[in-house]
Amino acid sequence: MPGSKVTRPRLDQPFVTGSIDTLTGTVPVVPVELTWRDRRGGYKVRWGIGRYTYTVDPGLYAVGSPTDLSPVLVTANYKLTFDALRRTLTGRDAWILVLDTRGINVWCAAGKGTFGTAELVSRVKSSGLAQVVSHGVLVLPQLGATGVAAHEVRRGTGFRVLWGPVRAADLPAFLDAGSRATAEMRTVTFPLRDRLVLIPVEAANVVALALAVAAGAVVTGGIGPGWYSVARALERAPIGIAAAFAAIIAGTVVAPALLPWLPCRMFAVKGAIVGLAAALLIDLVFWSAGAPFSLAAAGVVAVAGASFAAMNFTGTSTFTSLHGVEKEMRLVMPWQALGAVLAVGLWIAGGWL
Amino acid sequence: MSDLRYLEDVITLRFDVDKCTGCGQCALVCPHGVFVMDGNRAKVVDRGACMECGACALNCAFGAIDVKSGVGCAAAIIASYFRRGDVSCGPDDTGGSTGVCC
Repeated sequence: MPGSKVTRPRLDQPFVTGSIDTLTGTVPVVPVELTWRDRRGGYKVRWGIGRYTYTVDPGLYAVGSPTDLSPVLVTANYKLTFDALRRTLTGRDAWILVLDTRGINVWCAAGKGTFGTAELVSRVKSSGLAQVVSHGVLVLPQLGATGVAAHEVRRGTGFRVLWGPVRAADLPAFLDAGSRATAEMRTVTFPLRDRLVLIPVEAANVVALALAVAAGAVVTGGIGPGWYSVARALERAPIGIAAAFAAIIAGTVVAPALLPWLPCRMFAVKGAIVGLAAALLIDLVFWSAGAPFSLAAAGVVAVAGASFAAMNFTGTSTFTSLHGVEKEMRLVMPWQALGAVLAVGLWIAGGWL
Repeated sequence: MSDLRYLEDVITLRFDVDKCTGCGQCALVCPHGVFVMDGNRAKVVDRGACMECGACALNCAFGAIDVKSGVGCAAAIIASYFRRGDVSCGPDDTGGSTGVCC
């Protein structure tokens, strides 16, 4: 494109295995097989480690030996997303156009607008794409539609947007069918496998909160007759720690796994139900301690904490709406707050009783 | 239809069939099958499945769809209590992280 500067991703990124020359410069080639280093990186970010810096350079990449007739697949610059895309392209020649989403996946970035019309239009221009392909078509992941207006991309670049499937795994079938998606490819689901893979990062997000609650319980556990006793704090510590961890396991592991089978549509209620089961389990384990108020406090922490943690899974899920979650929060947060106050009162009283 | 459904009575989706030209974009982009094509017009067949993502409204070149869109995420809503701006995911415009999820 005359007058506009073409920029390319760096060739020295560790996953780049070669390069091909185009009319507008050298394009890095990436393989379709993931290396152990790619897999290790993906495993780490699933636990929330280095998630916000797990990126690839934005711009144009090549898979196989693409020509001016090969499809252009648009994606985000979160490396987990980029890897999920390229690994589906075995035996294919394609261009991958990576948008700068600041290391965020397609759906979240589209909601934010960084996987958006403006970024796509400017990236098409800065990659010199009009000189690289002759078909004038971009294939976008369907979930990018929250940020990209197809008709405005056409007006801004001349390129036509084709909405690809929701899941990258369906791309081969989509391309083989002449860029046609079935109803299943267009629909977001949330099967057990997808829920389970999200549990580590969900738990990592709230583990600090659970540790703070556990530490608070241990420290305040010493309050009682004679004002403070370290021995009493240590004696009650297991109950406090068990309550905090029962809450996060119930709310971030069990409730998400059992999501479709728990009654009520509100996530906070689903979490509270699992939390109640956890509370009964704590009672059973610590019954011989003969500390009814401490056990009651632990039970309330398990129920309210699991309810809060499960409520936060709304953002991880694929089917909740803004106004639905606002309604849920209005209904349940006063009860969660009441639970927090009640738990503190019961726990302090437990120092005496 | 998925067995996972959420609160349905507060959905803000509105569709003006008189402005619809039948281009079919809404039915293509909706990930929950809220729209289907009925002859040469779109039709809302499962309003309760709407998650207010806004993809349909953004891709309707004719202004036939209106939805107060945002993310159905408690963590993002809580974060929005503490900072100005919309309820949304990801790093804020200053490049910093909101500290919540994605």
